[in-house]
Amino acid sequence: MITLNDYLILGAILFALGVMGLFINRKNLVVLLMCVELILLAVNINFVAFSRYLMNREGQVFVFFVLTVAAAESAIGLALLVVVFRHRQSINVQDLNQLKG
Amino acid sequence: MATLALWILLSPLLAALITALAGSRLGRRCTHVLTIAGVAVSCILSFWILLRVLVGAHLDAPLYTWMVSGGIPFQIGFLIDPLSALLALVVTFVSLAVHIYSIGYMADDPGEIRFFGYISLFTFAMLLLVLANNFLQLFIGWEGVGLVSYLLIGFWFEKPTATAAALKAFVVNRIGDLGFILGIAMVLHYTGSLTYASVFARVPALAGRTVGLGFGWRVPVLTLMGLLLFVGAMGKSAQIPLHVWLPDSMEGPTPISALIHAATMVTAGVYLVARLSPLYIHAPDALGVILVIGSLTAFFMGILGVVATDIKRVIAYSTLSQLGYMMAGLGASAFAAGIFHLVTHAFFKALLFLAAGSVIIAMHHEQDMRKMGGLRKYLPVTYVTFLVGSLALVAFPGFSGYFSKDALIDAVGQSPIPGAAFAYTLLLLSVFVTALYTFRMLFLVFHGPERMGEGIRAHLHESSWVVTLPLVMLAVPALAVGWILFHPLLGGSFFGSSLATPVGINPLASFAHLSPWRFFLAAWDAPSFYLMLAGLGVAAYGYLWRPEWPARLAARIHPLYRLLVQGYYFDAFYLRLGAPGSVRLGRSLWKWGDERAIDGLGVNGTASRIGWLGALVRRFQTGFLYQYAFTMVAALVVLVSWALVRY
Amino acid sequence: MIPAWPWLSLLIGFPVAGGLVLLALGSRAPSFARSFALVTSIVAFALSVIVWIGFRDGTASMQFVERIGWIPLLHANYHLGIDGISLPFLVLTTFSTVLVVLAGWRVIEYKQAAYFAAFLLMEGFMNGVFAALDGLLFYFFWEAMLIPMFLIIGVWGGPRRIYASFKFFLYTFLGSVLMLVALIYLGVRTGSYDLLAFQRAPLGLGTQIWLFIAFLLAFAVKVPMWPVHTWLPDAHVEAPTGGSVILAAIMLKMGAYGFLRLSLPIAPDASRYFSGLMVALSLVAIVYIGFVALVQTDMKKLIAYSSIVHMGFVTLGFFALFFMAGASAIEAARMGIQGGIFQMISHGLVAAALFLCVGVLYDRLHSRDIATYGGVARSMPVFGALFVFFAMANVGLPGTSGFVGEFQVILATWVANPWWSLLAALNLVIGAGFTLWLIKRVVFGPIVNEPVAKLPDVTVRERLFLFLLVIPVLLFGLWPAPILDVMRASVAHLVHQALMSKIP
Repeated sequence: MITLNDYLILGAILFALGVMGLFINRKNLVVLLMCVELILLAVNINFVAFSRYLMNREGQVFVFFVLTVAAAESAIGLALLVVVFRHRQSINVQDLNQLKG
Repeated sequence: MATLALWILLSPLLAALITALAGSRLGRRCTHVLTIAGVAVSCILSFWILLRVLVGAHLDAPLYTWMVSGGIPFQIGFLIDPLSALLALVVTFVSLAVHIYSIGYMADDPGEIRFFGYISLFTFAMLLLVLANNFLQLFIGWEGVGLVSYLLIGFWFEKPTATAAALKAFVVNRIGDLGFILGIAMVLHYTGSLTYASVFARVPALAGRTVGLGFGWRVPVLTLMGLLLFVGAMGKSAQIPLHVWLPDSMEGPTPISALIHAATMVTAGVYLVARLSPLYIHAPDALGVILVIGSLTAFFMGILGVVATDIKRVIAYSTLSQLGYMMAGLGASAFAAGIFHLVTHAFFKALLFLAAGSVIIAMHHEQDMRKMGGLRKYLPVTYVTFLVGSLALVAFPGFSGYFSKDALIDAVGQSPIPGAAFAYTLLLLSVFVTALYTFRMLFLVFHGPERMGEGIRAHLHESSWVVTLPLVMLAVPALAVGWILFHPLLGGSFFGSSLATPVGINPLASFAHLSPWRFFLAAWDAPSFYLMLAGLGVAAYGYLWRPEWPARLAARIHPLYRLLVQGYYFDAFYLRLGAPGSVRLGRSLWKWGDERAIDGLGVNGTASRIGWLGALVRRFQTGFLYQYAFTMVAALVVLVSWALVRY
Repeated sequence: MIPAWPWLSLLIGFPVAGGLVLLALGSRAPSFARSFALVTSIVAFALSVIVWIGFRDGTASMQFVERIGWIPLLHANYHLGIDGISLPFLVLTTFSTVLVVLAGWRVIEYKQAAYFAAFLLMEGFMNGVFAALDGLLFYFFWEAMLIPMFLIIGVWGGPRRIYASFKFFLYTFLGSVLMLVALIYLGVRTGSYDLLAFQRAPLGLGTQIWLFIAFLLAFAVKVPMWPVHTWLPDAHVEAPTGGSVILAAIMLKMGAYGFLRLSLPIAPDASRYFSGLMVALSLVAIVYIGFVALVQTDMKKLIAYSSIVHMGFVTLGFFALFFMAGASAIEAARMGIQGGIFQMISHGLVAAALFLCVGVLYDRLHSRDIATYGGVARSMPVFGALFVFFAMANVGLPGTSGFVGEFQVILATWVANPWWSLLAALNLVIGAGFTLWLIKRVVFGPIVNEPVAKLPDVTVRERLFLFLLVIPVLLFGLWPAPILDVMRASVAHLVHQALMSKIP
């Protein structure tokens, strides 16, 4: 029997993977975007799991919202990535320190 | 009469203004006519007013209200009484002579028109001072003559020594004015008015009152008032230790030395003290100070005349010495004697300066007496007039200086003011010194071997009539004015109430019934006559018969000689300590106070501390997203766990 | 009588409107821009003269009052009005603006229209400060004035203009925000922002002390008093000539005006409490800064320091009154304040003239360094005469306006304490020292170099603005009564307020 707990653990693992990816990844901006997607995915899994557990559909409605936002976000993210590459000939995360104070 | 007085003032002022605004278009001739006409009108009107005053006319009236402040009206007005009328005539007469003289003296100077504008302006300011009926107007005129003196000392403004002398004169005078303005403040505070009449009316009530100056120190009001006002007089009349500007002022053109730095402006301080005599008679301590300072100036400045070699400087030191005499006379509360000496001195000293100017023209602007000699036969008119001036200066019996100076010395001898005995001794010794330097100058310039270069000797000739006419114009009063004025001035009938008579012993009492002839005959009984002869003898010995002797003497008493040549190191003191000290103080205040402390620590210090804090914080802003994200998550974890633990 | 128009609003609005028109015009027609600016400033001056003519002497009440609701929520009103203290400053402001426009006529080449626009806007705002009777309105104009000045220094200034403009802005702004706090406190406390209501409101000593400190920070910086004066030399040195003129002639007066309008009447007990400090700072300014001025090598810096000295007389005249005793105390107090105000007006004229003189030299040789010059009188005789004249006015020579204020302050201070009077009078010597030493090195002496020998004398335009200044300097020196008559009643009222305790 797969309980709510298992879903939550899966979500937590995915979230942790995504966050760790954000921290550890220093090479590729695409990976960064993928990590963000991963985090959103983890959130979605939690939403669905709780929706089922609480017998409440609103959680699943939120999933659609999140998916839509995630799609838009990755579209914008990739567009930015293209622009960044055009400007700097690199999508290496280590090179992107323009915000340095 | 007020209109007349106004025109006395306005005619030189208008001449000066027109010269200033349109002088270059009018040209030389026109300027001469204009300014001389202005002063001549003034002179004639002054004479007329003096005649009116002699028959008892009197005017003390405001002209307009300058301002009303603190409930007190400050007015510009005229006081015409015997004292101011006499002085106005002296000023305009000498000024007229100097105007005429300047046509010749300044003939080839490019700034000639400017010069005439200045001296007309000076005449105006001096008359403003003399005719004032209140302290405010007196001060306005006082500073006005100071301004023109500044401009005229620095007349040849391309000469660095001239502009330095001008600056020095102004600043030293300002030190005097510092005391003067405080004195005026005190007068206003204690009498509630600045008009002479009302001030003098309230002065007796102040006798015996004291003013606290802090630290438990109390001084009599009138003494302090008198001393502060006297500080102003010390500046203008060049009394020790504020005398240093006068010898340097000789950088100006010679007519100016005659008009401003001998006859009129420098006597403004004497006039001030005499004008305030109703105040000073209630402040015997202040009079004592005036007496001592005056006699010190008379003696010690006279000695400097013995070692000076520049002809103008000798006369300048003699002016200082004579101003000391006048002050001493005033200090002895013989006000009439001081003013009498002022008048005679104005004529004979202006004469001496103008004659010296004539010598300087003839010598092609050589002023060193060691390069002159034997000029007597080249410059006969100058010689005679110079001789008249010299005899008047040394108080040779019969010349105007004799009447005023010997009367003054007599008065000091009889004065009850503390310090009078000391002053009397110094003044008597000064008679010897005066005779010594005067005859030394006379012998060096006009007698003895001709020491000038061949080039100059070939062109020696008497100056033109515009130069000699004023000499004669001044020589006549230098001879005669003593005879004329002796009885009216010292007998007490002329000045009336314009000069106060001292309480108690009047040092001038013995002159009340003395005719000038009797006084003339009394010369043989007075010690001063023999002292003067001694001075003449020493001068003749040293500069006619044994010319090598003074140099030997100077070598033998070398330290003393150096002290004298250096003018007792007053200049060295002011120029090595005073001026650079101020500059050093200013620089350290600027560099340490303003730049280091206020700006360094305060203003930019605050800014740089904030900058330093910013630099510290910016280290956290690496620019890497993943670090920001890590910080965010870490902070979130910390906060959440804190919240969990807490609740 | 003059018709009952909103003259003060016109005085504020007309130059501001003119400035906005110039801004809208941009850089299209520079020669039209300057003519337009000149006409605007002359009309504004004429307006102020009309106000002067319509002004009634002999009353301390506000005249030309206008009052319209502004921010009903805060009970703030558009409330204008002038008394004898503010009137002379309105005229001085409009007069100085005419001079500034003339002074910038040919000299400014970069963004000329904007330059003139900045001055016109500033003129309107400065008139606003002097006419405002509402606390918030006062603050609004007070701060609005900074912006054009900041830009004038920052855009048209010298090489270190950025440093100077920031220093100027931060210094003055830091002071004035605290004034806002004080004004808001008073507004909440009295229920309106009416300055006259502030003056009437009873306040405890503790409250007054805090208010006084807040005002002091704003005004002391503006005056400037020692030790918050260091922005002034930098600002003057970097500002263009016109900026220096307005800075010296008007802006410095704002601080002292603030003391008269706010500190003394609103917090009289605290003024008494702090008067010892104020007198001490004033005397330090006179003596200390005098020595600092002596050693300056930059002409503008020297004149800037001399401004601080003269403003020291102003604050001395304002605050010595708390130490006066005896029968003549009230009269002496009035004399001190009148002297201070007169000194402000005179300094506005004389310092403006000196900065214009330096500007004339700077336009020719592009140097403010004293050592560059020497013997100017030979090549520029008319200029030399004018420079010496204004220097003499700066020295306080009787017969020029510079004397009148100093004279009254020294006379009045004697009543408070003779020693202070002595310290203040030291300026007679030190002031003469630094001013005439400047003259000796710049105007007199032998011609030092080839460029100085070739200097052309003042042009007709330069002659015009310098002679325009000679007239009032001489007139008010020979006859100061008109200005003093205008302010007498208001000053008497102010002294009454300052000496009356407000502690409930």
